[in-house]
Amino acid sequence: MKISHHFDDATLIAYSSGTLNKGMALLVESHLEMCENCMEQVQTSNRIGGDLLRQIQPVAMKSGSLDQVLSMLDDVEPEAPVVSRSHNAEVPASLVEYIGDDLDALDWKTMGMGVQQYDLKFGGAGAARLLRIQPGVSVPHHTHTGNELTLILRGSYSDEIGRFQVGDVADLDDQLEHQPIVDTEHECICLIATDSPLKFSGLMGKLVQPFIGL
Amino acid sequence: MSKDKAEGADVNAAAALVEDKKKKIRDEWSACLSSLAETRDKLEFSRLYEYFAPRVKAYIIRFGMNPAAAEELTQESMLAVWRKAHLYNRSKASASTWIFTLARNQCIDRLRREKAVEYELPEEEADPDQRHYGEHAVVAQRMEDAIAKLPEAQAQVLYLSYYEGKSHSEIAEQLGIPLGSVKSRLRLAFSKLKAHWGEKSEN
Ligand SMILES: [Zn+2]
Repeated sequence: MKISHHFDDATLIAYSSGTLNKGMALLVESHLEMCENCMEQVQTSNRIGGDLLRQIQPVAMKSGSLDQVLSMLDDVEPEAPVVSRSHNAEVPASLVEYIGDDLDALDWKTMGMGVQQYDLKFGGAGAARLLRIQPGVSVPHHTHTGNELTLILRGSYSDEIGRFQVGDVADLDDQLEHQPIVDTEHECICLIATDSPLKFSGLMGKLVQPFIGL
Repeated sequence: MSKDKAEGADVNAAAALVEDKKKKIRDEWSACLSSLAETRDKLEFSRLYEYFAPRVKAYIIRFGMNPAAAEELTQESMLAVWRKAHLYNRSKASASTWIFTLARNQCIDRLRREKAVEYELPEEEADPDQRHYGEHAVVAQRMEDAIAKLPEAQAQVLYLSYYEGKSHSEIAEQLGIPLGSVKSRLRLAFSKLKAHWGEKSEN
């Protein structure tokens, strides 16, 4: 797999410092499975955390805390290394726990105009959902009030930035207004995670937004 | 003149010594953690615990937990160190980096479980006294090594991310700057740290 679009360093730092919401963190993990480049950046970001941990002003533990933990050591088994289960490679292992390994078997909700969605229903601010977009369909122009991450799982699309194929991520913030269009005769399925709602612009957006509820 | 030069050399030598000592400490803990997987030696674990537990606890408190919960979560994190020691790979990360990621994951899991409930409640006004806590923390915090060499505005966004678990949007709001500025500061800080670390390898 040739990946040509990666995360912004600022996003990987947010992942490393543990400040992304669940959907966005899951999307980052899914891409990391496929991308050594971003994995390396995350390991570097983790080092910032490690360095800070050495420098932090320690806060004493309660007396007896070590003995408490020592008394528990014999009861815990060493954790078995994670064996990657065989699964349909189309769905990253991190995602399988939430959506299973068959994209076609999901309970897709039709939103009209060649778009279907599957909401992962994580709750909280923002959202994580899969979009399934038919060939030639273009998602209305929209901007973001916060950050939006997209990971392509099947097919491809193009927008003002470039062409996005399987494994690629789009890492967008409120600076940008874009209008992705599915650019082959195959459908495109992507995972989208945001930390706040999307805003559609233009008349089209005003009509569509209440309807698809994005 | 020559006296100044001699003093300059002394200062450099002293700095090199400090740097050396820090590296030694890092290596020592990494070796300790590596051998723990083989030996399952409780004495070795106790040494790691005495050094790291108070630091992990401080980190977890910064992340927004009350001290009692932080104490408990630290114990869980250190138990995870014992359970996962055999998965530690010295060539990939120092002990402190590895333990940081373990503790961070414990924090996230716990906070997510609590937040799931919290979101049901109406949003509360931020405590005005809390708003500038981050800035004070940065000034008060003694910074070392590469991070210390960053301009304060860049170090500050790193601290707010790593020490206080603030999202980019929260940092933007707290500092009264656009989201884009938060990101560009983080990017700059990151590229400087990478350049610095590239010169001297950690492990
Ligand atoms: Zn990547």
